[in-house]
Amino acid sequence: MLLGPSLTVSLILFSIGVAGVLIRRNAIIVFMCIELMLNAVNLSFIALAQQLGREGQVIVFFVMAVAAAEATVGLAIMIAIYRHKNSLNVTELNLLRG
Amino acid sequence: MTHVEIVFWITAVVAIASAFLCITRRSPVASALWLVSTMFALAVMFLLLDAHFIAAMQVLVYAGAIMVLFLFVIMLLNVGRASSSDMVGWVGRLVMAAIAVVLAAELWVLSRAGPSADVRLGAESVSQLAAEQGAVGMIGESLFRVFLVPFEITSVLLLAAIVGAVVLAKRRL
Repeated sequence: MLLGPSLTVSLILFSIGVAGVLIRRNAIIVFMCIELMLNAVNLSFIALAQQLGREGQVIVFFVMAVAAAEATVGLAIMIAIYRHKNSLNVTELNLLRG
Repeated sequence: MTHVEIVFWITAVVAIASAFLCITRRSPVASALWLVSTMFALAVMFLLLDAHFIAAMQVLVYAGAIMVLFLFVIMLLNVGRASSSDMVGWVGRLVMAAIAVVLAAELWVLSRAGPSADVRLGAESVSQLAAEQGAVGMIGESLFRVFLVPFEITSVLLLAAIVGAVVLAKRRL
């Protein structure tokens, strides 16, 4: 019976991902922390799928597809930003600040 | 404690330690490699939770494709060296760690609730289904019957992502 332990590991990984997004300023590492959060949610989906039916595993499949699409576009945006600013520091990206 | 639980806890410790190292290493390349380690540990957990096909996809898609893309971009932009302004200061770190701990406590309370007993299928049902239809057949049948429309929409999403990435990254079309 691994449901409880899996959910605990999942929430710890999700919180580590949130902490990473908050403490890092490098946009690529912020992005990796988002992938970490997606993985943590996948783990809870898989753990619940064992109890509630296979649909949870199919949802994880879709999450992976969306994560792949998101990673491609996000990294392309980062390349564009780096060309423009010569830096990936998220605190320097303040063009919209008044 | 069964051997499944022992393997589970070992991989859980590996996953959490690697995730922690991932967010604390200064060098982006080291962070990416620790994230790969987390993903492999999660793949082992998926195996233990009767999701064999998803475990293979985790290694192929996440650890294989997405992380290689990250490493490509890190090396392409030459940002692999650690920079001093990458992390917020000590006060900020403590505040952020406190926020993360509060979030973890909230999620822990939520996870105590669990699914109600009348929707549960029983611990063996998914592994039984996998034994009958095969690990891929189990996912595929659901994917191409119940989730056919979302599956097709995903293909459109991937096409849009490809076009978007080319448009964004190319200097001149």
